Amino acid sequence: MDKVLSARFGKIRPDSVEDYINAGGYEGLKKAMSMEHLDAIEEIKKANLFGRGGAAYPTGIKWEQAYAIKRGPKYMVCNGDEGEPGTFKDRHILAEDPLQLIEGMTIGAYIMGAKEGFIYIRGEYTAIQRIVRSAIANAEKAGYLGKNILGREGFDFTLKVVSGAGAYVCGENTALVESIEGKTGRPRQKPPYIKNCGLYQMPTILNNVETYSCIPWIIKDGGETFSKRGTEFSGGTKLMCLSGNVQNRGVYEIPFGMTLRELIYDLGGGVTNGRKLKFVHLGGQSGSCFPESLLDTKICYYDLKKAGISLGSGAVVVVDDSHCVVDYLKNSMEFFEEESCGKCTPCREGTYRLVEIVNKLTEGTATMEDFNKMKSLAQTMKSASFCGLGQSAPVPLLTLVKYFEEEFLEHVNGKCRTGVCPMSKLNS
Amino acid sequence: MEKIREVLNRYGNSKDNLIQIMLELQNISGTNSLPHEWVEFVAAELDMPLSKVYSVITFYAMFGIEPRGKYVIEVCKSAPCHVTGANNLLAMLENELKIKPGETTEDGVFTLIQSACFGACDISPAIKIGEKVYGNLTSEKLSEILNSYREGRNNG
Repeated sequence: MDKVLSARFGKIRPDSVEDYINAGGYEGLKKAMSMEHLDAIEEIKKANLFGRGGAAYPTGIKWEQAYAIKRGPKYMVCNGDEGEPGTFKDRHILAEDPLQLIEGMTIGAYIMGAKEGFIYIRGEYTAIQRIVRSAIANAEKAGYLGKNILGREGFDFTLKVVSGAGAYVCGENTALVESIEGKTGRPRQKPPYIKNCGLYQMPTILNNVETYSCIPWIIKDGGETFSKRGTEFSGGTKLMCLSGNVQNRGVYEIPFGMTLRELIYDLGGGVTNGRKLKFVHLGGQSGSCFPESLLDTKICYYDLKKAGISLGSGAVVVVDDSHCVVDYLKNSMEFFEEESCGKCTPCREGTYRLVEIVNKLTEGTATMEDFNKMKSLAQTMKSASFCGLGQSAPVPLLTLVKYFEEEFLEHVNGKCRTGVCPMSKLNS
Repeated sequence: MEKIREVLNRYGNSKDNLIQIMLELQNISGTNSLPHEWVEFVAAELDMPLSKVYSVITFYAMFGIEPRGKYVIEVCKSAPCHVTGANNLLAMLENELKIKPGETTEDGVFTLIQSACFGACDISPAIKIGEKVYGNLTSEKLSEILNSYREGRNNG
């Protein structure tokens, strides 16, 4: 299959406008500048592009709504705060072909009439921030950013890289905007949504790195061509991140419609050390954990949703049968406990208590009452938390209990079949 | 305080840039942290209450308010590293450095911390020292890397 998003990876100097243009870059922007704004948005709608950061909101609709807002100035913001464990696709775009992201944002700025944009990149990617800054400077020198872009009077757009400083919650759109403003990254009350009232209380168009990177391609080749790469319900290709106990770890650009099994076994080479696959954790820490029986599900927003799972960021963590589901869950819950911003009680206290109960399970001191309390608390967090972090933090818990309840009950009875949990060491 | 003023000026003495300013200051602190006097100075210059500045810098994991070693070694403990042996890697580091997470070696060269995912899942289990990321680590490779920092062959 032809690669699109990753076609230039490793083949061009990432910050070179010349290399980018020679490899087909900036055709999308030129075409967009010859189109009516609404026609360009129509192409994105036809493309069936859904937000690649994890929430999977239809990008065309988002842009149409943002376009209709008359207030200004409007800001273009890119979420490059790739903090989702098991996700490292945006890192590749930013480090190896950042100009496709810059072009995507510039097309957005042209349509929306935005003069300023921000690329928020996680603080852990310092070296990558330098590459992106250099690409921006070069694009400015070549007339693709700055004043009167490509000679078009009044088409001005400047881009700035803003660094995160280590906070998972800043991947949440409103928290990210707070962080760009130099504040603690705690999410805001919604509505108002950021398309109406975002950065500096102004209308803000915010998308993930991968989403913006699809835009030049959609405009250049047309929404329909893009859409046909995927399935009826999910247009284009997706960067999937394979990690954990799998042979060939890395980022793979796949067309929607490929099954998880094909990804893990055909491209990924299967499980390491000849072990058996126990479960897959899909979409990031807040995604579902499910066993082998669901691997024939197609990677497609609709098919996954029917199976009760979500694609999230495209992280695929493969876990083999030497691991204990309760120990794995403990690791996940500790992550959320640390990353909870503390704003709302269900998440702040909920993650703390869940870690407490899961710890008891690993030590063999949990009772049936604890187990039931854990499940009920997870439901409370899901429905009562303020933002997506707290609402989705219990997903690994609920799905692991759904598919591996027996193993949880064994822990209630003081037994860990894999011998990973501390109680097995105490007993032996 | 001249150094601080220079950084502040470059960011237009703007509150919006507090995080960016503090990241730069921590980089030039030599202690991988933000000394209290510096924080006080920044708060005064930006006309912000000291409590507000502390609320921001203690919110983000990358800032330290206690002096740390010349190099901070971050051991990823997120799921992809966890299932590929992050605990063994941490044990190797504790053994090699004779410190626990959160502590600094006696010579002040290394501080060991556990961190959330930094996107090196394709080479897990991974560590990060300054800007550099190291993965697929064995005990031998790890000793060699630590020595390169100890002997100043690698400056992060």
